[in-house]
Amino acid sequence: MSNLAAAQRVKIARMPGRPGTIDFVHNLFTDVFVCQGDRLCREDPSIFGAIARFHGKPVTVIGHRKGRNFEENMKCNFGMPSPEGYRKAQRLMRQAEKFGRPIITFVDTPGAYPGLEAEERGQGEAIASSLALMSSLTVPVVTVVIGEGGSGGALALAVGNRIIMLENAIYSVLSPEGFASILWKDASRADEAASVMKLTADDLYRLGVVDQVIPEPEGGAHVDPRPVYAAVDKAITRHLSQLSREKDLAAHRYQKFRAMGAVREEKET
Amino acid sequence: MQPLFRSRRDRLDRLRRQREQAVEAAAKRSDVPAGGSQTCPGCGRECQNQELVKTEYVCPHCGYHLPIGAYLRLSLLLDPFTFQELWPSLTAPNALEFPGYEQKLAAQREKTALSDAAVVATGKLDGRQAVFAVLDSRFFMGSMGVAVGEKITRGVEYAQKHKLPLIIFSASGGARMQEGILSLMQMAKTSAAIERFSQAGGLYISVFTHPTTGGVTASFASLGDITLAEPGALIGFAGPRVIQQTIGQELPEGFQRAEYLEEHGFVDQIVPRREMRQTLSQLLALHRKGVLHR
Repeated sequence: MSNLAAAQRVKIARMPGRPGTIDFVHNLFTDVFVCQGDRLCREDPSIFGAIARFHGKPVTVIGHRKGRNFEENMKCNFGMPSPEGYRKAQRLMRQAEKFGRPIITFVDTPGAYPGLEAEERGQGEAIASSLALMSSLTVPVVTVVIGEGGSGGALALAVGNRIIMLENAIYSVLSPEGFASILWKDASRADEAASVMKLTADDLYRLGVVDQVIPEPEGGAHVDPRPVYAAVDKAITRHLSQLSREKDLAAHRYQKFRAMGAVREEKET
Repeated sequence: MQPLFRSRRDRLDRLRRQREQAVEAAAKRSDVPAGGSQTCPGCGRECQNQELVKTEYVCPHCGYHLPIGAYLRLSLLLDPFTFQELWPSLTAPNALEFPGYEQKLAAQREKTALSDAAVVATGKLDGRQAVFAVLDSRFFMGSMGVAVGEKITRGVEYAQKHKLPLIIFSASGGARMQEGILSLMQMAKTSAAIERFSQAGGLYISVFTHPTTGGVTASFASLGDITLAEPGALIGFAGPRVIQQTIGQELPEGFQRAEYLEEHGFVDQIVPRREMRQTLSQLLALHRKGVLHR
């Protein structure tokens, strides 16, 4: 694994040419049927959803979408979902549960959209109920963090039985800019924040938050994405096969997240 | 006396003593200032602390609900001598080795006499046993790190195991920055526990108090069967400052206040502090069967 500083990885993770959810969908799945709309309010293009085949078997695919050019970026709100996006994701997860389809999610968002309408329509509730729903699914869920894993907006698609992360992807409680601005009242200290936040794939693997790190070619996945697609394909296949032997996938997921974060306690008499 | 009875009596005595000690300790840690006065953030007028004790820290001039600490909150709700704190010594290590975090924690502990930002207890409200969790905004702005996430989760699991209703008072700036990704994971952990509890038929009443934002709004606080809020409480996912920066315009009057959330369908009722106990009692009575039958 290459030896880049956290701040450099943040830059690679955000690079415009980096493979996004749509690229992974085109290269890993066949027979893709795109599903749109939350059935309550509107279609939010910043979350992509589809039924597709993975090695011939039907699965549900959900992922953040940033868009590949400026026009698409605008349409997708630069990958920052509104509550409608999360409610669409929930609808598709319930549907996957109904038909017994495994769920593959791709995480790539700076965070949930911090806007007026998003608050008005319950951004907090939308994320909370996504977490609750994902935790209780009885179908296997495999999450791949491919770019930016920003805050609750990322986690809302990431309560998986397995969490895979690309080498140069990042995953954190807040963007380094937001972190620096909250703790030091100075967003320009983002690089310094990145270095102490433990947001690289390597850090998260050591903390037990991710299960597998997928190596990228020198310079990042955009330089030559093909081996990355192949490695992610292989990883998802392996994890789905392991999870198929798991009896209670909801309990498995519960225990996985239950164990995150060690505590200390004085012995009570 | 039969040895069996004697050992049982000793055990009960021991439990009683423990409970009394817990109440005493809580009273010692109580955050009620004895004399003096403070300025109401709502209307700017001086309020005598002696007067505020009687009004449950609601401004007698304008009705502003001043933030109150966790133990004071519990003392306003629980029947006398029923308070039993759960896992009071639980803390989390500095897992990310964040520079200066331990010193900051120590200073906050010194200042507030809390071990971290959540107090979890079991006790009776109008004779009905329940599990209570209260976030204290004086400790790191009530932010959720591993200790808060673990205590809330254990509280939910305890309620499920003992078939008790669960009441959580939230007041939080969101995820604790210094514990980074592990704080974020507490959102999934607590939400998963609430979902399990819900599927088992447990009653969960969530009460938003001022202010509740970020990762707490986006996890357990938004998952209540019944959702209440104190008047005027700021409730949201993103903070008002961040939203203002994003959209580049002034926010409307009353934006993200409890009344605004009620209007937009996210709160069942706004309940003034002095009616909270009675409202909770009514809700517990209405759900007596629902909590126990599964």
